[in-house]
Amino acid sequence: MSNGQLSNSASQPAGRPSGVAVPTGLAGAAPGGKAASAPLLGRQEEPTIFELSVPGRTSASFRSTGVPEWPAEELVPPNELRPEPPPLVEVSERDLVAHMTRLSHRQYSVDLGAYPLGSCTMKYNPKACDEAASLAGFTGAHPAAPPSCSQGWLELMWSLGEALCKLTGMEAVSLQPPAGAAGELTGLLMMRAWHRSRGRSPGKVLIPDSAHGTNPASVSLAGYETVSVPSDERGLVPPRAVRERLSDDVAGIMLTNPNTLGLFEEHICEIAEAVHAAGGLLYYDGANLNAIMGVAKPGAMGFDIVHLNLHKTFAVPHGGGGPGAGPVAVSAPLAEFLPGPVVARSEDGTFCWHEPRQSIGRVHGWHGNALALVRAWAYILLNGSDGLRKVSQTAVLNANWLLSRLKGSYAVPFEGPAMHEVVVSTRGTGSQLKALDVGKGLLEKGFHSPTVYFPLVVPEALMIEPTETESPQTVAALAEALVEVASQRPDEAALAPRTTPVGRVDEARAARSLVLTWDDVAGAGGRRASDGTYSC
Amino acid sequence: MASYVPHTEAEVASMLAGLGLNSIDDLFGVVPEALRLAAGDLQLPAGLPEADVAGEMARLAASNRTGQELVCFAGGGAYDHDVPAVTRALAGRSEFVTSYTPYQAEVAQGVLQALFEYQTLVARLAGLPAANASVYDGASALVEAVNLATAATGRRSAWVSAGLNPRWRQVLATLTAGRETEIHDVALEGGVTAWHQARALGHTAPAALVLACPNYLGCIDPLAPAVKLADELGALVISVFDPVAAGLLRTPGEQGASVAVAEGQPLGTPLQFGGPYLGMMAVSKDHVRRLPGRLVGRTVDTEGRAAYVTTLRAREQDIRRERASSNICTNETLVAVTAMVQLAWLGTCGLRELALRCARGTRYLREGLLSLPGVEPLVDAPVVREFAVCLPVAPEVVVDKMAEEGFLAGLPVEAGGREGLLIAVTEKRTKAEMDAYVAAMEKVAN
Repeated sequence: MSNGQLSNSASQPAGRPSGVAVPTGLAGAAPGGKAASAPLLGRQEEPTIFELSVPGRTSASFRSTGVPEWPAEELVPPNELRPEPPPLVEVSERDLVAHMTRLSHRQYSVDLGAYPLGSCTMKYNPKACDEAASLAGFTGAHPAAPPSCSQGWLELMWSLGEALCKLTGMEAVSLQPPAGAAGELTGLLMMRAWHRSRGRSPGKVLIPDSAHGTNPASVSLAGYETVSVPSDERGLVPPRAVRERLSDDVAGIMLTNPNTLGLFEEHICEIAEAVHAAGGLLYYDGANLNAIMGVAKPGAMGFDIVHLNLHKTFAVPHGGGGPGAGPVAVSAPLAEFLPGPVVARSEDGTFCWHEPRQSIGRVHGWHGNALALVRAWAYILLNGSDGLRKVSQTAVLNANWLLSRLKGSYAVPFEGPAMHEVVVSTRGTGSQLKALDVGKGLLEKGFHSPTVYFPLVVPEALMIEPTETESPQTVAALAEALVEVASQRPDEAALAPRTTPVGRVDEARAARSLVLTWDDVAGAGGRRASDGTYSC
Repeated sequence: MASYVPHTEAEVASMLAGLGLNSIDDLFGVVPEALRLAAGDLQLPAGLPEADVAGEMARLAASNRTGQELVCFAGGGAYDHDVPAVTRALAGRSEFVTSYTPYQAEVAQGVLQALFEYQTLVARLAGLPAANASVYDGASALVEAVNLATAATGRRSAWVSAGLNPRWRQVLATLTAGRETEIHDVALEGGVTAWHQARALGHTAPAALVLACPNYLGCIDPLAPAVKLADELGALVISVFDPVAAGLLRTPGEQGASVAVAEGQPLGTPLQFGGPYLGMMAVSKDHVRRLPGRLVGRTVDTEGRAAYVTTLRAREQDIRRERASSNICTNETLVAVTAMVQLAWLGTCGLRELALRCARGTRYLREGLLSLPGVEPLVDAPVVREFAVCLPVAPEVVVDKMAEEGFLAGLPVEAGGREGLLIAVTEKRTKAEMDAYVAAMEKVAN
């Protein structure tokens, strides 16, 4: 199929024949995924909140309580009382709203357009999930409230845990880890505790060279040494390479399946058998679960420990970098090692906290990123069994369809059938274009950039994950933009982006002369705007 | 059922045809036959329409007792503060909510600048020159601080005050087990850390001394003795502070702490059953390059305009891999943006007023409870926003009975072998609520 098959409102009015054959069912419509029409005015600097501060200006007000108004000197010992309040800012609520609204207009987001960041699963997050997470019965609950007062929360956590176990083919789950990397460390510490309970203390964990950086970092924090397993010429983990590295000293292997090249590890059962035979465990990094929900279960592949990224697969919005949630599910022999407490259902149908017998201990100050769990549960209820399967099927369809439109313009280093994401490269196409320039070129055209320079095994890598929530029209427009950028001369491409709130940012200068706070810019003067002039 | 997949059946058919495939299952030919599931194999319920899901979520939410049904006097690291509409509205803007980590600075100036402003405010609260863009929660900030100290000193142990939040202390034990960091507890005397006992324990010199002020019992635990001992030992001081009490108390930085960490939930984030919360972390100049997680720096773009970008990236796991000192990737950016908005709304005078109101309520309720027969202070040190009392009845029983009276009375707590109840008062609690609490306690704790 050529790129002209879907009509594009930028070049022609919707509904008018394009002159190019439109396949049945792919009637032209404006791609919803482009942010190019966003009203990003002016390209001027936004002042910092500190520059908007005026001595004596206030926003805050406090409720009437009738509590006696003792002075600070009667409440805090003199040597501990700070003589002046900490210098913050002094702004009106109106100025604060305007400042933050202008900042929000300088920010790309899923709600604005397509966000094909590979391995990040930036799908649309249903508003119904947001609304569920804003219910006062959830937001107002203190985490130390006794179970008799928190039955709704416990039931939700129990139900979500059961569903995650069904999806992954696991037996038990902890919802405490607040992010994927936290889930990894939790899982690896359970691996360590399991081996120790059997009188063993192996020192190494195998990781493919295509793995996410968090994997080796987590392995190291868990007290293990990383042994890298090279991918083969097809981009897969070869069972032979795994077997060669197995020994008494290997605690297990961490894999992502599909892997970060977007390829399904087809020898997974053989690898699992070999690792288990050597006394090791298999850890599943759930970063790419969006490819296989309702299609295959990690448990059936032989995995013993699975973490899930609820902020990827289960539509928890990513919040500009977090919060996420990284529950860890395990097979039956590992259940007693889970971080405690976990939720259990009593015989009378009520829910309670339960401490696993050999628990590795808490990994979060409370019960994990609870509101993310509400969103994930709402998402699972909305989609159901068939819906989740359709999510994965469509994510894989979109990725493959996108790939078919990029061939010829980009090199495809590993030609296996793609799953939910594709990795292409500018290297080997005859072009001198850098992956970074492609990313910036896409920004200029109103799309977010793919992940660039990852996985590390591919030079000039572009890792693209369209997700299932982008329409074929949007995927076609994205492909068209990628193809256009690929045809640019490197000197031309290096000028992008020119339509964004700022042009290319000087990263080297940021690292060379560190400016991490406004006080680094303004020195004492930056604070003096407030200090000593407040009226409290 | 609801669906967020836009593809029509005709479109799917057309796309498959374009790929030379007959059915959607053909996309998964590479998955071994034995692993492949059929439709329905998941055995989850069928998908529901949005309104049905809303009904089910409302049922679950209503199964929790909150708000006026269970007036909150519990703290212990999670505090029931008022959150103004403006904080909810601004932090709820979908540009902040639905964006990813700011890897592409040119289209992420909104989040990046908000984080730069957050870092500035956290540094000012801590009295230290630099702060990171957040970690998961107070407990994880504590763990990262201890890991930073072991990396900075090459030592493998930390001496920690028994005044730390006991759950944070557990998280510290769990997450440092891999590297076998030794954690030694230093007891409290009268509610403050007995650092003079620490040397006598005979342990090798630690990487850090760790204490909280206010501590878990609500007491002001002076930093000076810890800083003096740390100087003698060549160790760092890690101070846990409270961002609200910071309106009244001297900063960790001015008192000699090298690392300050805090739970940022009190800054605009509701209780929400314990998460997502916010790990705040600030350091002295010497340790900036050891900060875990993201750091936002101010720089310029090609035309010389002020611009923001994540910086010192080479510290992070995606570049440093197994040599990284932290594995954090996803953090709590949205909660940090929330805290930034809340601090800006409170302002210089507002934060002090907030702290003062919490301290006043704490004194009022504490005096009221101590006037009851059989109620005594658990420890004697001065408190600022939370306090612990001994009651004539077991604290777990008191919590259950007070729940029947409409109060979340506090958290059972233990100090020096005595049991007590830990009670927090925020600016949200009125005199009438506190008077009713004391009356209920008189009935319950008898």
